[in-house]
Order: sequence, then C-alpha cells, then structure tokens
Amino acid sequence: MVNNLKIKISVRNLNIYYGSFLALKDITLDIPEKSITAIIGPSGCGKSTFLRALNRMNELLPDVRTVGEVLLDGQNIYSPNVDLVALRRKVGMVFQRPNPFPKSIFENVAFGLRIQGIKNREQIEEIVELSLRRAALWDEVKNKLHKSALELSGGQQQRLCIARVLAVQPEVILMDEPASALDPIATLRIEDLMRELREEYTIVIVTHNMQQAARVSDFTAFFLTDENRAGMLIEYGNTSEIFTMPKDPRTEGYITGRYG
Amino acid sequence: MKFREKVYVFFTALTVLIVVGLLFYIIFDIVRNGIGVISWEFISQPPREGMTKGGIFPALYGTLLRTLLMLIFVVPIGVFTAVYLNEYGSGKRFSKWIRLAINNLASIPSIVFGLFGLGFFVLFLRFGAGLLSASLTVGLLTLPLVVVSTEEALRAVPNSYREAGFALGATKWQVIRLIVLPQALPGILTGAILSVGRGMGEVAPILFTGVAYYLPYLPSSIFDQFMDLGYHIYIMTTQSFDVELTRPIQYGSTLVLLALTFSLNIVAILIRSKMRKRRLG
Repeated sequence: MVNNLKIKISVRNLNIYYGSFLALKDITLDIPEKSITAIIGPSGCGKSTFLRALNRMNELLPDVRTVGEVLLDGQNIYSPNVDLVALRRKVGMVFQRPNPFPKSIFENVAFGLRIQGIKNREQIEEIVELSLRRAALWDEVKNKLHKSALELSGGQQQRLCIARVLAVQPEVILMDEPASALDPIATLRIEDLMRELREEYTIVIVTHNMQQAARVSDFTAFFLTDENRAGMLIEYGNTSEIFTMPKDPRTEGYITGRYG
Repeated sequence: MKFREKVYVFFTALTVLIVVGLLFYIIFDIVRNGIGVISWEFISQPPREGMTKGGIFPALYGTLLRTLLMLIFVVPIGVFTAVYLNEYGSGKRFSKWIRLAINNLASIPSIVFGLFGLGFFVLFLRFGAGLLSASLTVGLLTLPLVVVSTEEALRAVPNSYREAGFALGATKWQVIRLIVLPQALPGILTGAILSVGRGMGEVAPILFTGVAYYLPYLPSSIFDQFMDLGYHIYIMTTQSFDVELTRPIQYGSTLVLLALTFSLNIVAILIRSKMRKRRLG
C-alpha cells in the first residue's frame, strides 16, 4: 500500500515492557515520509507508548525496556551510539495537554534555539516569526510576543507548542492526541494546520477520535490489546480503506463503535 | 447538633484560643515594655556604662552579618542537594538515605550543633571561634529547611514542562537550569527566608563558635568574634549585674529581634503569594 512512497520511519518487531508487563507486542510498520499517519484504538492499547518510542521519550519513565528496532532514515534510533539530543531535535513532539513554558510567547518558541547555543538575536527573531506564521498563530500574537504564553487560550497554546517544535526544524512531528483538550473550533484549526504541515513534515498522530483520524490522516494503524492487555497492531493501511473496507473484523467492530 | 458534637467543637475552639492567646500575650508584653526604648540611638549606638545604657548596634550588626554569611553557604548547598534528590536521584535507595539523614538533622537539638561546630569548625578545621565558624554551624541547622522547601518547590513543577524541554532536545541540565529552577524560584526564596528567620534567633549553635559577650569594636574579618542579638538578650537577662536595671534594654532587644524575624516571614509570605499569582496569570 505504501510501496511507492519513501519510508521515513520503519518499526521492526518493537516490544516495550513496563517492568515485567508487556505493554506493546511485536509491532512492525512503516511510516511514509511527508504524510499523516494516525494511530487509533481504545484507551490503554499502547498508542501513546508506541508514539513515545519514536523519539525515545519512554526512557524518562523508570523501568521501561524497549526491544526491537526503530529505523529513522534507515538508522536504528535505539543503537547505543545515538545522540538523544540530536534525535529529539529531528523528531519533535506535541503533547496531549498544551504545555507551553511559563515564559513569554517569544521565549517559548526561542527555547529550542537557545539550548542549541544560538545567540544571534536577528536569527532568533526571524525563526520565531517564521515558526509562528507556519503554526498559524503569528497574526494573533504578533503584538504581544513578550506577554506570558499562559495568557493564550488552549487552542492558541497548542499552536504555540507546535510553533515551538517547528522552530528546531524537525523532520518528524509526533502528536499525542493534540486536540483532546480543545474545543471543536480550536480542534479544526489544529487539523487544518496539520494538513498544511504535511507538505514538509512526516506527522504521526495518536487520537481516540476516529472522525479526526478519518478527516486528516493518509494512513491509519489500528491498535488493540490482546488477552494479556498487551497492545498489538491489528491492521494498517490507507485511511480510506481502513474506514470503508477494513479487512479485520475487529477493526470493523471498533470503527462501527461496537467497542472501545 | 448533638451534645457530644458541641463538646468537641468547644474543645477545639478552646485550644485555638489558648494558642493564639499566648502568642498575642507574649507579643503584647514585649511591645508594651519594649517600644519605649526603641529609638534611632538604640539601633545605631553601642552599649555604654557596663551595658546598662546605650544601644545594641554591634549585636544587630553581628546578627545580620552572620545570617548573611549563613545564607551564602546554605542556599547553594541546600538547593543543589534538593536538585540531586528530586531530579537525578529520585527513587534511588541512596536518595532515600540522604532524605532520612536530612530529616534527622532537623530533629537534632541545637546545642548539639553548637558542640559539633566547636569540635569541627573551630578546632578541627582551625577556623577559630568567629563569624565563619558560627555561620557554618547555624547553616547546618537550617540546611534541612532549605532542602525540604526546595524539594517541595521542585516537585510542584509540572512534569509536562520537563517533557516539553526534553522533547525539544534539551539536556537534563538545560531542563533543570532553564525550566525547572526558574519555576521553583519562589519556593526556593521562601525556604531561604524561612531559614534566615530560623537561624537569626538561634543562640545555642553560636555559643561556643564565635559569639562574644561584649566587644568594643565591630568584627572586621570572618574570623573575628561578634556580638549577637539573641545572645545579648540572654546575657542581659542572666549575666547582668543588675537585671532590673537593664530590663528596658532586654525588652528593646527582644522587640528588635522579633520584628526582624516577623518581617522576614511576612516577606516570605508576600513573595510566595505574588509568585503564585504570576504563575496562574
């Protein structure tokens, strides 16, 4: 199904354990470049764990063990000589709840540049403006760049978080239910933004909102738990096919709302 | 309301009254007897005529200096300890032992700190009895306060901020320095101020480590001996050749010491509430 597209991320036999509990079982899938891949499934099926495996954020939790390979442009991000800082710059992340730093709007976007040691004020200003424009937030905040980011609405905060990620010029953007804490209008704006960003970035989004997955994504992966509560991949394919003619009866059951 | 319920309410209200009443009685007594003595001369002049007249300036000066010196030692050490415990070593067995040690430190009688200071700083490290040894000894006593309040402040920083920082490619130290510590600053400041309030009034730890009964000159180096407000009150009430004669000075000194610690506590409360408001805004 994806054979005519360049593969950006290739997940090979990924297993993730929390202590002795197997949370994610033998996941293998290919994520194509410059497209939106949605991960759907009921709560607790390991969607977020899978997403956080793609920039090694699971390692911030104690007792997490990852087995298998995640190839980013053919390089295994779990090999021992990988630079975590460089990896996370390449693979940015937007979280479920908007989490801007309690700093000014400007400083939020500039943060990623400052930690890279960029000091040139003009360069920083330029990138901040560009990132805010790309995140469709510039017009709303250009006159209050030095006000606290916490004064923005939830939807604006989430777009600010996206701008913050864009500023470090990532190649992949991971989104963990980015609109679940937002109202419907703010949600639609985020979805529009995702469609625009797809032109340049590879986007992987976790969502429990099936309509959202159907609206924005090119490819959809459906996760479900097995009898031991380990998350596994049931079906993966073009979004239109998954939603109109799923091959697996469990996918059909979930999509038609029989469980989850 | 049932009768038994009423009895409980009555007793809890009574205990509150006792506590508040005692506090107000002490404050009232000190203010009533001390306010008349307070004057610019009392604050700015040294004692005269065998310490039966004059002011308390050298004692005030010594107290402020040794407290400032204490802050310089205790804040960095306390903050970095808390950063280690909360950010690097959380959950490790080693941290649990350190935390246990710190909690125990807080329950050691202050005179024991004084003796330790004498043995360790004054004699073993040969700092002699003076400002340095005394400040370090009081610093040990207030260290747990700084560590505990800093740890609390660090814990209150939402994990989502740390995650956002890591996800942008920040190193652990960058996350701590640029995100966590600025956010925890009000809590750290509060801890520092509380430790000042606590340390300033302590007498036992400085008893053998540097305080002097009377000095005709001000300390000019950190190894010099110094006069101190709390100790001044103590000697005026117990060692003075005429306790009744110096009564006004005793009350005046106590009032000054209380005013200092109270105002510091109020500053701590103000900082905390102001920062809290800013964080929500």
